[in-house]
Amino acid sequence: MDNVIIQTRRLNLYYGTFHALTDIDMDIEQRKITALIGPSGCGKSTLVRVFNRMNDLIDGVHVTGDVRVHGEEIFRPDVDLIDLRKRVGMVFQRPNPFPLSVAENITFGLQIHRSRARKEFPDVVEEALRSVLLWDDLKDRLKASALSISLEQQQRLCIARVLTMKPEIILMDEPCSALDPIATLRIEELMRELKKEYTIVIVTHNMQQAARVSDYTAFLYLGEVVEFGETKQIFTAPQQQRTEEYITGRFG
Amino acid sequence: MERHFERELESLKTMLMKMASMAEDNFHNGIRSVVDRNKTLADQVIRNDVRVDALELEIDNAIVDILALQKPVASDLRLVLAAQKINNDLERISDHAVNIAQSALSLSDAAHSSTLLDIPKMAEMTRAMLRDALDAFLHLEPDKARAVCAQDDQIDDMNRANALKVIDLVGKKSLQIEDALDLIRVSRNLERIADLTTNIAEEVVFLAQARVLKHHKEGR
Repeated sequence: MDNVIIQTRRLNLYYGTFHALTDIDMDIEQRKITALIGPSGCGKSTLVRVFNRMNDLIDGVHVTGDVRVHGEEIFRPDVDLIDLRKRVGMVFQRPNPFPLSVAENITFGLQIHRSRARKEFPDVVEEALRSVLLWDDLKDRLKASALSISLEQQQRLCIARVLTMKPEIILMDEPCSALDPIATLRIEELMRELKKEYTIVIVTHNMQQAARVSDYTAFLYLGEVVEFGETKQIFTAPQQQRTEEYITGRFG
Repeated sequence: MERHFERELESLKTMLMKMASMAEDNFHNGIRSVVDRNKTLADQVIRNDVRVDALELEIDNAIVDILALQKPVASDLRLVLAAQKINNDLERISDHAVNIAQSALSLSDAAHSSTLLDIPKMAEMTRAMLRDALDAFLHLEPDKARAVCAQDDQIDDMNRANALKVIDLVGKKSLQIEDALDLIRVSRNLERIADLTTNIAEEVVFLAQARVLKHHKEGR
């Protein structure tokens, strides 16, 4: 694999005494979509939250092994977490816009980080909304509450909010599970657009979604990566019996 | 718990095995109609082909339903794709059996058994290949399927040898030109049946091992 952006070696994660991830060795390729699939509790959300150290917020989490983003070890004590989470943005299962206006949702991070001058904000808002194909719909409602727009628009807005921080990687944890099938397909189209510039790691319960949208798929079970490979390979001729059983619905 | 989808796949396999048995019967009877000079049997082969065609369509429809409604993946997907091709191969095997039966109707009484060349032997070999390919499909035996593929060259050689013998017999005026054309036709149709049987065997390898043998003779 060329252009590895996230690399894990012998990654283990424990919640207290519970061993949630075991010896994960993965190379995630830049500007590709990598899907993590597996039954509930298999560790896929935990794994994706390793990549921007969101798990640090949980008491009793203990991580061993090596995780590098662009070759830089992210669990070193001197790593700036705010900077890491700017570089590795996250989109959640339910759209979680701030209870502010559409425009303020986009500029909120800029104000906190003071990364752009205030007079540039209108341009930033337009650019961000255009990149998630929301500009035409919302350009006359920039001051409306972000909670008043549709769920799909809220999720796009949350993606736009992440993009404003100029991340390299976008983590998506079940980003379409609150959306209807049409909105889901449109978010998937957006993901295909975004991968031209960003690396995307998506956790999904929807295997058809993993098959449709991702370049690589990892199947996790009981905290281990059972199989990781090109999505086409995984969904036509998986090498591991357990992968085969899971994706054909004969699991357990 | 057996799921509805698994029952649909089983029912697809059952329909395909019924198709296989009909195509195999037509092939067997087509050859017998030539060897035993049995025109009643030849007529029966020609009539039976309509049923094979009808079942082909029924299987095609079942496959479309499974693809559209169940979205199979992995080995399920390979089974459905292989079934689609095998269904088509079997229908064509039955068409070739009809061609052979038509030759049985037009062969003159003068073309007696001593002029039948290697046709009975070639037919027996091809039939054994077809039986093995279908067995390999039913029991998912890729090695058996590969062995079928390896035999195809022998059938090709026999077909070429038959053509040369026909030319020789015509030159010696031991065979009428009309009968010569029918014998070449029978031999040629047998050779095509062996090709289609090889396709079925290749599909079995794809199904069992996700490897494509088609157009890769060295991979066999």
